[in-house]
Amino acid sequence: MFSTSLTANDLLFMLQGAWVTLKLTAAAMLIGTLAGVVFGLLRAAMPYATLPLSWALDVFRSVPLLIQFVLFNSLKSLVGLDWSAFTVGCVVLGVYAAAFCTEIVRGGVLAVPTSLRRASRSLGMSYWQDLRYIVLPVATRVAFPGWLNLVLSVMKDTALVMWIGIIELLRASQTIVTRIQEPLLVLCIAGLIYYLMSLVVARLGARLERRWQEDD
Amino acid sequence: MFDYTFQWRPALRALPDMLAGAWVTFETAALSMILGVLLALALTVMRRMDNPLPRAFANLWVSIARNTPSLFQIYMLYFGLGSFGWHISSWAALLAGITFNNAGYLAENFRGGLKAVPDTQMRAARSLGMGAFQAYRLIVFPQLLRIVYHPLTNQMVWAVLMTSLGVIVGLNDDLTGVTQDYNVRTFRTFEFFAIAAVLYYLITKVIVLVARLLAWRLFRY
Amino acid sequence: MIEIDQVHKSFGDLEVIKGVDLTVAKGEVVSIIGGSGSGKSTLLMCINGLEPIQRGSIRVDGIEVHAKGTDLNRLRRKIGIVFQQWNAFPHLTVLENVMLAPRKVLGLGRAEAQEIALKQLAHVGLSDKLEVFPSKLSGGQQQRMAIARALAMSPDYMLFDEATSALDPQLVGEVLDTIRLLAEEGMTMLLVTHEIRFARDVSDRVAFFRNGLVHEIGPPAQVINAPQRPETAEFLKSVR
Repeated sequence: MFSTSLTANDLLFMLQGAWVTLKLTAAAMLIGTLAGVVFGLLRAAMPYATLPLSWALDVFRSVPLLIQFVLFNSLKSLVGLDWSAFTVGCVVLGVYAAAFCTEIVRGGVLAVPTSLRRASRSLGMSYWQDLRYIVLPVATRVAFPGWLNLVLSVMKDTALVMWIGIIELLRASQTIVTRIQEPLLVLCIAGLIYYLMSLVVARLGARLERRWQEDD
Repeated sequence: MFDYTFQWRPALRALPDMLAGAWVTFETAALSMILGVLLALALTVMRRMDNPLPRAFANLWVSIARNTPSLFQIYMLYFGLGSFGWHISSWAALLAGITFNNAGYLAENFRGGLKAVPDTQMRAARSLGMGAFQAYRLIVFPQLLRIVYHPLTNQMVWAVLMTSLGVIVGLNDDLTGVTQDYNVRTFRTFEFFAIAAVLYYLITKVIVLVARLLAWRLFRY
Repeated sequence: MIEIDQVHKSFGDLEVIKGVDLTVAKGEVVSIIGGSGSGKSTLLMCINGLEPIQRGSIRVDGIEVHAKGTDLNRLRRKIGIVFQQWNAFPHLTVLENVMLAPRKVLGLGRAEAQEIALKQLAHVGLSDKLEVFPSKLSGGQQQRMAIARALAMSPDYMLFDEATSALDPQLVGEVLDTIRLLAEEGMTMLLVTHEIRFARDVSDRVAFFRNGLVHEIGPPAQVINAPQRPETAEFLKSVR
């Protein structure tokens, strides 16, 4: 009936790949979110002075990620940096995520109605208090769905790091396919793992959002 | 530390070939968008049907397209279809993969867009004696187009960026493929890919610009 | 003639119309008044077949609206309807809004449709707004445009569903004046309205709806000035 040469070891190999995918996603989102929040707040506070920043970030959204990996990787060797491929992957994905996160944060801050800010300032709050207690909580709720989408899209984009030699989920699957020649089965398993990871992230996010709504 | 000398001359000499590659890139993306929009419309209709079978099919399509990497989708078509003895070229796999992806994302946009056109518009149209199809064509669709126009432009940009994945399944005549060919022959990785990056940037900017001009003509209200 | 005969209409388990009888003769103006949720607006949607009914029958010029074989699109040409939310088509100019149905539904040529549209827009006093998009119009202007749009189909009947309820108070007058003009021209009309004084002035008959039924019907002098039933009097007192 149904027979396959896929072994338990192969499955383990794929799961290890999936773990790399998750680690890359987490690292990239950490970099991307930190930078994105700083840049986003700056963009919202000083829209004209930070225009050059916005143009620079736009470049990262307008060039294929694959090319960014290759460029950064070669730049790294040109400059003589001794970074691992994983580090390169994290940095490039992180900057890429930051470029999107900046817009998300900026949108969130700008979505806070001016009347609300006037109200808080008229209560005698300082600029920082207003930011801390009024703007950020509201902006976070507005920006969160966009941020969650970014996590999902970065997770999918990690597949491209295979091109600079990192063995993540898709690359691991490809290796196995080359050996056992059962592409459909192996790829379906890989797809299922991606799907499940996306589903878990999306569910967690949705739960968090619901909890916020209950608080409000 | 920095003893590398950039050599742009050979890279610039390759520019005509790369521009030809850029044209392939653009063509592939545009074709994938046209097909993607048509499929997305079909998926949107299927998701509104009463029959659960087409509904489930369309939902599955949308959710796979949105929850797995586009590279995975291209792999599935390139390697996966081979399991059924159906081998397609890397270009066909790329086109089909991006089209699949476009259709999934756009179907979701269309669904949201349809919700944004109030039901009362349909009522008003029908009360003037228009048939259902006529009302969709004359009243709902033009309003939908405006709502999904921006996502549509975004998706076109995405499609251009996604074509770069073709090189991973062996495509060699699109912009990334041509660049990679030169790279393998000359090992001037940075120079060639930097020029490719500039060309991609220009393509996306031209698309955004044209879309904006078009919107200006298209949406008068 | 519109003949409504023992009509029942439910949304799910909720029955909103519970056996209404009403006729509107050619040239007659009938107003329906009553509290919200009394099924008045729903009845209008049933008359041109936008909403199905569960029991009873509605005939327009002898044509059974809810019979299987009825060509509703053809029937709707002779029934104009104006909604509470004016429902202007936002992507078309005022002129295009009014021209669209004559061209696409009646199949008229551009010139002919434009002539009709211009006439109807002059009729409602919007001749200076032809090339404007609805978003630039006030609510009252949008509602007058909606009236012109319905009139452009040269309907035999006009239905008004609380045509002034969503308007700012200072804009109500211009729309009422337009409707009054139509009444004077002899248009057959069925109005659902909250404007009691207006209903008294223009109507040949007034029907008071309560709990999905016609509670009292008669000439305005009776229903509004001297209601026969206590609930009618109570309602009138509450809206004055």
